[in-house]
Amino acid sequence: MTITAQGLAWGIPLLRLLAALLLLLAFAMLAQRRLLTLIHLLAWQGVVLAAGTALVALLTGQTELWFSAALTLGLKAILIPTVLHRLLRRLQVHGDVEAVLNIPLTLLAGIALVIFAFSLAAPITALTGPVTRGMVGIALAAVLLAFLMMITRRKAISQVVGFLAIDNGLFFAATSATLGMPMIVELGVALDALIGFVILGVFFFQIRETFDSMDLQNLEHIREE
Amino acid sequence: MISCLPLDLATGALLLWLGLGLLGFLLGGWPTAACRLIFPLSSVVALLLAVSGFSALTAPPDQLQLRGPLPALPWSFQIDPLSGFFLILLGLLAFAVTLFATGYFRALSRPALRRLMLQYHTFLLGMGLVLLAANAFTFLVAWEIMALASYFLVVTEHEEAGSRHAGFLYLLIAHLGALAILLGFVLLAGAAIAQGGPFSAMLHAPLDPFWASAAFLLTFFGFSAKAGLLPLHIWLPDAHPAAPAPVSALMSGAMLQMAFYGMLRVDFLFLGKLATWWGPFVLGVGLATALFGVLFAAVQTDMKRLLAYSSIENMGLIMVAFGLALIFRAHGLGALAALALAAALYHALNHAFFKGLLFLGSGSVLHGAGSVSMDRLGGLIRQMPQTAFFMLLGTLAIAGLPPLNGFVSEWLLLQAFLLSPALPQSTLSAVLPLAASGVVLAVALAAYAMVKFYGIAFLGQARGARHAHEAGRWERSAMALLSVACIFLGLFPGVLLNLLHPVLQEMLGQGFAVQQGLWLTPVSAQRASYSPAIFFLGMATALGLSFLLIWSFFGRPLRRVPAWACGFPVRTPAMQDSSLGFAQPLLRIFAPLYQAEREVDGAGRWRMRIGEPLYRGFYQPLSLLALWLSAQVLRLQQGRITLYLLYSFLTLLILLAVWR
Repeated sequence: MTITAQGLAWGIPLLRLLAALLLLLAFAMLAQRRLLTLIHLLAWQGVVLAAGTALVALLTGQTELWFSAALTLGLKAILIPTVLHRLLRRLQVHGDVEAVLNIPLTLLAGIALVIFAFSLAAPITALTGPVTRGMVGIALAAVLLAFLMMITRRKAISQVVGFLAIDNGLFFAATSATLGMPMIVELGVALDALIGFVILGVFFFQIRETFDSMDLQNLEHIREE
Repeated sequence: MISCLPLDLATGALLLWLGLGLLGFLLGGWPTAACRLIFPLSSVVALLLAVSGFSALTAPPDQLQLRGPLPALPWSFQIDPLSGFFLILLGLLAFAVTLFATGYFRALSRPALRRLMLQYHTFLLGMGLVLLAANAFTFLVAWEIMALASYFLVVTEHEEAGSRHAGFLYLLIAHLGALAILLGFVLLAGAAIAQGGPFSAMLHAPLDPFWASAAFLLTFFGFSAKAGLLPLHIWLPDAHPAAPAPVSALMSGAMLQMAFYGMLRVDFLFLGKLATWWGPFVLGVGLATALFGVLFAAVQTDMKRLLAYSSIENMGLIMVAFGLALIFRAHGLGALAALALAAALYHALNHAFFKGLLFLGSGSVLHGAGSVSMDRLGGLIRQMPQTAFFMLLGTLAIAGLPPLNGFVSEWLLLQAFLLSPALPQSTLSAVLPLAASGVVLAVALAAYAMVKFYGIAFLGQARGARHAHEAGRWERSAMALLSVACIFLGLFPGVLLNLLHPVLQEMLGQGFAVQQGLWLTPVSAQRASYSPAIFFLGMATALGLSFLLIWSFFGRPLRRVPAWACGFPVRTPAMQDSSLGFAQPLLRIFAPLYQAEREVDGAGRWRMRIGEPLYRGFYQPLSLLALWLSAQVLRLQQGRITLYLLYSFLTLLILLAVWR
């Protein structure tokens, strides 16, 4: 994909800013105790992602990326957070997210993960052009941070948020590092996330019906003795 | 006249078996008709298979490819002298056994008979396919058909827990073996495994010594699981008695030899260039198996269990001969390798006949006298005279007495041993005579076990109250056929040895000295020649003359008196030597091996239970270890999603760190 010199001058710093925002949001999610805010943060991540895709579309002039950006905005920034919001109200889950580890410790682990991700991405970054330098590392870090969030939370909803955040990270890696994937792949990824979301949504109701709570601790009883 | 190629004939026979099995399944509702129709037809088919085997000995090798389930995975069949020989074995044994089955299975319930018809013919089909397979894919599918069909036959009486246990053990070990064979084929075929691993691609596989040894060990392990070699014999003494008699006869006589067939094909044709340590290894395993089998055969109280242990012993002897052939071959002594291999093949055929005969006979005893526990039998020679006569022939043959067939193969084997000083390696030629003495010990103990087998069950007085009846016509004719085969192979060894020529030629590139007339000349006319016919005539004349002399001087008039009871006034059948009593010397000498437990019940009766040392010493710790490991693995399952996520997270991190 060719990018004009003018685009390079202002587009790439902007893309880097968006990447930094994504990472920041991932850290914010890791630090967040309240479920409602967590969903808001997820929505913001979706917005950043859509903005990133739109930026790439503008820079490279690929029209199909505009569709992708619109889809991302609709799906990840609006639809899924709204549904999660309604779920939260219908299931009447409130209060704090109970973390397995305390927040500062989790954040420290997160920093370690970011360093690990960057060291991993170093060889890949060396191969790519100056445009995408650092993007892969940031995206990988976002994925790992989301994974860490899934591990350290007890409520089922925060697991779903973590799952969607992983997806966001992957998506960002794909668009920023390669400057746009084929449409079909993006559609597939989006559909995948949606289906995963639906399945987990059904799962929530099942968990709640069985245990009368959304706490995953209850699942510990169902194992072979 | 339509000319029929051996491969067409063989595959046609197998298809007919499949058809007969299905037909039997449909007709099972009319037991008598089904038995009278299906089994005799199926035995004719078996004869066809044997004919195809005979013609394959002289015909050029033939190939057949059929479209398989995947484009690159064809069903592939071939016939060559080696498979021809084993087809003869399978066909002739199946011929007699299926005739026997005609009478034997009449009493089965209808659903059981339907199932049995299908399973029995599938089993035969599986064995035939194993012999005809020409690529690893077809071979393994056939191998599994054979294993599964025989599993279902073993659990025919699945209402009994013992049967189910025996079946499970058999299935477990059969699968372990199949897995090892698969891995061995993967090593041998290399890249060609993607095309189903055609055997032609494995011929003289270019493997470096390490991988060749790995392939050898894997296939040997896999096949020895089926052959019942130490320490994988554990399923055999349970599975054979659990199956109905004709099935035991087929399993013991033919199925065990399928493993030998596999070893021959892999070691001589695929690996070709043999490492020097393989032969001694096989020989050692074989000798240990033979001694173990015969020592345990001698102390069994159940006829079929005794025969099962004796099968282990005979497989051990075959392996000894095979190991010797490997040794000679590895040192470039082609003629001696041919001698040893001829002994192994001869013994394989012998074993099929006499063990088949004995298993069928014990089936007749089970039907006639209601039990195969020797301590409830006795004196059957008067109630079942014909069965007793055939069984006598069988026991004499398996005990290796001239002029019957068991003697011929053992004679060949010992001749091969006696020629081992020709080996260039001095340690080996020094150790081999010791192995020979071990073989002689096994053979002698086998005779001991067989004297017990016959003496306790057929001689003396009846221990049970039930009156035994003679076996039916079909059963007797089947036993008569196998007896005739034993006598024929004993009296005319040259016939079979000449037939073996192409097989040996294919395996070793060198045949066996052509036999002429009634003489068996393993090496040369001056050395160790043996003519069973002349021996038999001489023995018969000497015996007849002395009988006539004694009879004419002292025998008239003939008096019948009760046997002398050592002056003891009371005599009951229970005072006869029992089966364990007869084995007492062995029980004393090898006491640590048997781990016999004596217990006495309230009525003051002694009972003795013989353990299986390898089961306690090896398999039980193994199963405990497996359970313990499973319990440790269970710790991973805490039920916490967080923890499961942590597992995948850590795996991801480690993988990323390692393959960066």
